This record gives sequence, structure tokens and C-alpha cells, in this order.
Amino acid sequence: MSKPSAALLECRNLDIEIGGTQITRDLNLRIAAGQCWCILGRNGSGKTTLLHTLAGLRPARQGQIFLNGETLSSLGRRQVARQLGILFQMQTDSFPATVLEHVMQGRHPHLHAWQWESASDQTVALAAIKQLGLTDLQTRNIQTLSGGERQRVAIATLLTQQTRLLLLDEPSNHLDLHHRLSLLDELVANCKQAQQSVLMSLHDINLAARVADHALLLLGEGQVAHGPIDEVLTSQQLEMLYGHPLEEFQTAAGRAWLPR
Amino acid sequence: MPQLRPLPLLLALVAASLASAWLNLNTGSAHIAVLEALQQVDSLDHQILLELRIPRMSTAFITGALLGIAGALMQVLLRNPLADPYILGVSGGASVAALLAITAGASGMILSGSAFAGALLSTLLVFTLAHGRGNWDSTRLLLTGVVLAAGWGAVISLLLAISPGTQLHGMLFWLMGDLGFSRTPLVGSLVLLFLLPVALAISPSLNLLARGELPAASLGVTVGRLRTTIYVLASLATASAVTQAGNIGFVGLIAPHMLRLLGARDHRLLIPGVALLGGTLLLLADAISRLIIEPRQLPVGVLTALLGVPLFLLLLFRSRQLNNE
Repeated sequence: MSKPSAALLECRNLDIEIGGTQITRDLNLRIAAGQCWCILGRNGSGKTTLLHTLAGLRPARQGQIFLNGETLSSLGRRQVARQLGILFQMQTDSFPATVLEHVMQGRHPHLHAWQWESASDQTVALAAIKQLGLTDLQTRNIQTLSGGERQRVAIATLLTQQTRLLLLDEPSNHLDLHHRLSLLDELVANCKQAQQSVLMSLHDINLAARVADHALLLLGEGQVAHGPIDEVLTSQQLEMLYGHPLEEFQTAAGRAWLPR
Repeated sequence: MPQLRPLPLLLALVAASLASAWLNLNTGSAHIAVLEALQQVDSLDHQILLELRIPRMSTAFITGALLGIAGALMQVLLRNPLADPYILGVSGGASVAALLAITAGASGMILSGSAFAGALLSTLLVFTLAHGRGNWDSTRLLLTGVVLAAGWGAVISLLLAISPGTQLHGMLFWLMGDLGFSRTPLVGSLVLLFLLPVALAISPSLNLLARGELPAASLGVTVGRLRTTIYVLASLATASAVTQAGNIGFVGLIAPHMLRLLGARDHRLLIPGVALLGGTLLLLADAISRLIIEPRQLPVGVLTALLGVPLFLLLLFRSRQLNNE
């Protein structure tokens, strides 16, 4: 069933519902290799629910999801985890672990039941730790990290998982201005270079316009607008989405919006 | 945080187990030269060793090992560092059944059998009720178990209050954990032999489940099946431990934490380590319980707490310093 032209992630006629609220109705979506998508929507519009459903962590009411051309529900969790990684919005740590130990667990889907991590697994983890500027924190207990440091550890774990598809739930959470921009820029650039795809939920329109090439807007009551970012991200559409008047600017760094 | 080399730690734990087993064998109201007594086949000392001390020593070790593993498993299942093997009411069910058996005048195999049946009944009850109609999350499981345990506690108090004074002493000893009537721990050994490899096989997944259900699922763990497996394993271990030796507290709570504080945070190391450490702790506690007010004996459960509390607090205190470095 897997064919070279298959999208990394595809859904057909997807109906998602949570607690009586319709998130998507009849959603048809194709995410191809090398694309970076952002999801925008109000609080409670279902950004997280959509991401969790696409990752196979909760059932859809109707419709099908394909990962690399194969039905998601027919794949085991381990097979899914080799192709799809997801960053969660909240990280809670009940037990102590060092940063390196935590990040190394990203290798789990690639290991057999009785296999210990090899030197090459450690190389992958250390590279991710370095990329996120955590080298000095390697032996620190994750329970003692700040919010932003903890978020970078979670992203490092995701990179260690080495999947072709990355779902990120508000990756800019807790990050300062510099990390937010440099980290996401680098992440997206690397992904495109490696023909990976990213789908991330964001609250910051300007950040979305900066990093993404496609957008998906959750408009409420099951309505979704999606497509190339220049077509979808218009002032009119955004004002309707957030129910707030906006002013659009053309700047040297691209388009930007300020609330009126 | 302390980094750790697995092999030295496991070797040290094996050595500690052997040393405490030797101390345990040498402790008792009769002074016995163990090696000589083993060779003199017809002697009284030989008989004491074979029929009393070796069964007691092996029961202590296996009970401690079972409780240690069960504690580590429960802490992951509930994602709660405060969880111990008894938190979901397994021991309460066993205790009520055991006290009823004592009231009816039973002892020996019948007493153990009813304790085991009570433990399994309680396990089944919690599992069914926590499942309900929807899916079962940790909080729901924890609440169901804790409430049921409180219910068992009330029944235990009731049984103690209405029991004749002559049975009370035996009941209290059983409730606090007693190794005085140990026989060769056949069932416990079999359970341990089954439990250890299975727990080791799922230990990479335990590392992930400790991070939470969603993160575990996203890294390739089939969470529902794993949780059921953990629950069954932990309950089986606790049920056989309680059946063998009554409610021995504290070992299952602190043994996993002691190892974590020493640096064994990976369950592939923690599981075998906690079996050895749990066994060692109980062997030591049992030996001391027979030494403190010789020739009388204390319930071993009292000693596990008396020994465990300062040891644990010391480790916790030291780890605070290490974390701040």
C-alpha cells in the first residue's frame, strides 16, 4: 500500500469530537515531506485534540488517518513511534532522572526488547542535547530545571526519536524570545533539509507566518480552513478566527499583525 | 545527580544479601554453630537449622524481594512516589480474610490460603470497580484502591474489637508482619521466579510509563496492556508476600526509593536491585527483631520501620546536598 508519492500524513473525512464539541468535520488533509504546517485557533478550539488524534493517541469519531500510506490504527505503537514523534504541551516529572537519561529514552522505539542503548544511540542523544544548548545540564535532575530548560529537554527527546513526522503542541511554550525564534527556525530548516514534516500548534500569528509554509485554522463548530500560508493567513480570516480586529504590516522580516 | 555503574551496585547488593542471610541464620534463641550443625545430621541443631532457621531465612528474603518489586511496580503504575504494595488494599483484603480464619480457629495452610484468597478478591474488586464503564486512569485506580483499603481497615478494627483476648496477640502479630511460623516458601519462590524475568522484560517500558501515559504511548508503549500487566504482577507479588509473612510495611515503599537515591533510576537496574535490597532489609530486620529483647521476639514489621526510617531519611538528606551541587 505504501507508495513513493504517499503523503507522510494524510487524513480522509476525519470527524473529531471531544466532550460534545465538534473539532473537525469531514477534514481531508495531506501533509507532504518537507512541509511545515501550523495550527491556529482559539483556546479550546481543539488544537491539542487534533494533534493527539493524528498521533493515534485518541480515537477519531469517523474517518481514516494514514501514516506513510498505511492506516494508522493498523500499526503498533512502536511502529508509529518510529515514524511520528509528538511534543506535549505539559511535562510532568514524578520521578528523578538526569537530562541525558531522559533524552536517551527517545531511542526506545528503535531498540529491541532486551537491547540496551548503544554508543551510536548515545551519539544521537548527545547531538540533540548539544543542538538545544543543554550540554552543561546533561547530568542535572530534570525535576530541578526551569520551564524553558524543561521544554528544550522535551524537544531534544523528540529529536532523538528521529522521526520523519513531528507534531508539536505549542513548542514555543516557556521559551524566551531568542530560543523561540532561533530554535524554531533551526528546527524547521533542518526538517525541510531532511525531508521531514512538521505540524505545530501556535498561539503567535507572527511566529506562524515566520516559520510555517502551510496553515490550518480551527474556526469552531467543525469548520477548518487549510492550505498554503499566504492563502489562508489573511487579515480577514484571522479577525474572524480570533474575533478581534487586526492591523497587517509589511515589514522587512515578512508580514506581521498587531491587535487594534 | 549520582551516576552509577550497574555491575558494582548489583555485586554489592548480592554481597549484602549473602551477609545478611548468614547473620539471619546465626540468630536465634539457641546458639548454633551453623557449619558444624549442617554436618551433624542427627543433631538437634541440625534439625533446628533445617526446619526452622533456613525456612525462616528464605521466607524473609523472598518476602522482602517480592515486596520490593511490588513497590517499584506500584509506584510506576500510579506514577506516585508515595505508593507502596499495600496502597490499593491488597493487604487489607488478605488481613480481613486471615483474621476471619484465625477467629474460626484456623492456622497453617488454611490461614495462608484464606489470606491469599482475600488478597486476590480485593485485587479483583479494585480492578473491576476502577475500570467502571470508561477507561481507567491512575487517579481513579488510586482512589478506588485507597477507599477500599480504608474499608478493609474498618473491618479489621471491628474484628479486633470483637475477638476474644486469647486470639488478639496472634492477630496483632499477623497484622504487623510475622516470620515466626515460616515454612519453606514454595509458592513465594515460584512467584518470584516468574515475576523477576517478566518484570525485567517490561522494564524499558516501565521507564517510559514513569514519564506519563501519553509520553509513553508516543514513544511506542502499548499503555493499556502494560498497565494491566503491572497491576497483575504487583498484586500477585503482594498477595504471596502477605500470605507468607503478614503485613510487613515499609520495605516496599523505601527499597525502590533508596536505590533511586543511590542512582539506580533505570528500571532495568532498579528491578533486580530492589529484589536484592528488599530481601536484604527484611533479613536484617528479622535478625534484629530476634536480638533486641532476647529470648522474646518482636514482630518484624516494627523493625522494618525502625530500621528503614532513619536509613531512608539519611539518604534523602544526602541527596538534597547532591542535587544542589
